[in-house]
Amino acid sequence: MAEMSVGLEPQVGQSAVIAVDERKRASWLRAFVARNKVGTFFFILLLAIIILAIFGPWMMPGDNPTNVALILSPPVSGHPLGTDYMGKDVLYQIFHGGRSLLLVAFLAALLSTVIAVVFGTLAAIVGGRTDVVITVITDVVLTVPQIILLGVLAAYVTLNSPILLAVIIAATSWTTLLRAIRSQVLSLKEREYVEAARMLDLGMGRIMFSEVIPNMMTYIIINFVIAMTGGIFSQIFLYFLGLVPLSGDNWGLMIQQAYSKGALFYKDSMVYILSPIVMIVLLQLSLVMVSRSLEDIFNPRLRES
Amino acid sequence: MAVAASTDKVVIHHPERPAIWKSLAGFSQNFLVRRLFRAFLTIFFVTTLIFFLVRLLPGSPIEVYINQQMTQYGYSYDQASNQARALFAIDTNQPLVIQYFNYLGHLAQGDMGMSIQSPGTSVGSIIASRLPWTLFSVGLGLLIGFAVGVGLGMVMAYKRGTWIDSALTSIASLTHSIPNYILALLVIVIFGVRLGWIPFTDMRGSLSSGVHPGWTFRFFADALYHASLPIAVYVLTQVGGWMLLMKSSTISALEEDYVTAARARGISEFRVAVLYVGRNAILPLFTQLTIAIGFVVGGSLLIEPIFVYEGIGAELFKAIQGRDYTLLQGIFLMITTCVVLANLAADLLYSRLDPRIRTGGS
Repeated sequence: MAEMSVGLEPQVGQSAVIAVDERKRASWLRAFVARNKVGTFFFILLLAIIILAIFGPWMMPGDNPTNVALILSPPVSGHPLGTDYMGKDVLYQIFHGGRSLLLVAFLAALLSTVIAVVFGTLAAIVGGRTDVVITVITDVVLTVPQIILLGVLAAYVTLNSPILLAVIIAATSWTTLLRAIRSQVLSLKEREYVEAARMLDLGMGRIMFSEVIPNMMTYIIINFVIAMTGGIFSQIFLYFLGLVPLSGDNWGLMIQQAYSKGALFYKDSMVYILSPIVMIVLLQLSLVMVSRSLEDIFNPRLRES
Repeated sequence: MAVAASTDKVVIHHPERPAIWKSLAGFSQNFLVRRLFRAFLTIFFVTTLIFFLVRLLPGSPIEVYINQQMTQYGYSYDQASNQARALFAIDTNQPLVIQYFNYLGHLAQGDMGMSIQSPGTSVGSIIASRLPWTLFSVGLGLLIGFAVGVGLGMVMAYKRGTWIDSALTSIASLTHSIPNYILALLVIVIFGVRLGWIPFTDMRGSLSSGVHPGWTFRFFADALYHASLPIAVYVLTQVGGWMLLMKSSTISALEEDYVTAARARGISEFRVAVLYVGRNAILPLFTQLTIAIGFVVGGSLLIEPIFVYEGIGAELFKAIQGRDYTLLQGIFLMITTCVVLANLAADLLYSRLDPRIRTGGS
């Protein structure tokens, strides 16, 4: 039962409370599906998109030749989603264009979450000048419009590798999560088990990694999912600005080209333009809904509202 | 909400810290002093970041420019760096520290150099002609989005559990998760091109030809007409966030004793909703304004080019694509300054509305 996780203070640390043994797991899952029909739907949708993104290139092998005779075609046989401005098949690009997008979003979310968790926890636990410095830096970077900072920074470097792309996105997107983590840790710090660990003089690293962070794990996972949506948003933004090398197949690149080549204003190209847009909207929506139903499960007070 | 509320308190318990840390900590006790300090630091951070990017990054634009002048036109290094100085307002012949302070001095006088792509045009004049349009559209978008979101959020809280609540929650989640530039594209593709309901080509630019700025109704109506698509997108993409925040904030305000007391005193439900619940529920939303302002301003970078609205965002888009470094630095600095000032204004308003903030929250 999902209600099992109800604790006295529902902010964090609920996962530690859930002790489901194997026999109860099946009924737990059934109860979860019954309670969260919407959440389950979006969870399955998210899985489907991830599977398409990862295995798509193998499902539709071969290459995608240009065809000057069939430019900006509406859906026809052989091209169920039509063709782009060079006569390339759109469906092929949908199958091939999700992998790098998801990979970079995953890396960026991982990096920014790690930065936020490590420094947020450090600031709250160590306190003193460490806290002042980290808080001030975070506040300053937070005030600069994130997406403009990203665009300007990216104009100075050549974003020729997925890692670099993920690093620059993460470098501009850790601030809100760091603030949230810091205040969570400040409240966790007052709990008995952390006080006990400090009394025992277990050392800062030990307290951080074996007492505090495990108790925030659900909170971190929820925010990781939200950070993924940020990673996708930022990436397509950079594609749109033309700051990522325009090669390979990517849903972001498809949108950029539909815009820059004027296909946007061409009635027959509607399916071509909507294909990557629908994929991205579904992906973003399912990530947001999954993060929200995770929050529902682990933070049950919200559910009554 | 608890997240946002407790982040600003910096409480320090170390007795042996040196004087500068003590004064910094003392500083941070006063809300407005702290916010002024943060505003100053933010602008300082951005100016220094720009200097670093221009002067210290390997392969920085100023070096590239100087080398290009030397190889293309056969200039000597001095001649080329003189050219660069005129453009970037940075003299590469001076020691770095002097360069840095000179650069800050120029900025203080409003000198941001000359545009690389439009020779003979100063960055300052380009910004001055474009910035008002963005301030107008983004500002109006923020205000409308905030007001509508707060209103609908309260409706959702009062009607929670009904179909109105679940319908509004779905709409809020949907608009909240669609990236703003995608929403703008959808408006054009579906309502502009496919259905032909919105004359988006006619709405391009910031004013129709023949209309001139002035205190006339025609000017304001026309400005609003041309800005309406960007404003609609700004409103739609932030309203969902405000709705969800206001809903949860209102629900917790409804449980407060003063609400029960006010009802017991026979005050009308409408007065209770506005003066007791609404006024208190809105306060936590202010802590999210920084992020919202930055988000909407950042959105203009893609929304304006998509709708061909002639504001600072469209100019920055061109500057980034054309690697017009002086222009993009100037715009970056200017936008950040505007956001910082907007935040200060929001903070002032917040501390007037909630006196607890000024006295340190006790």
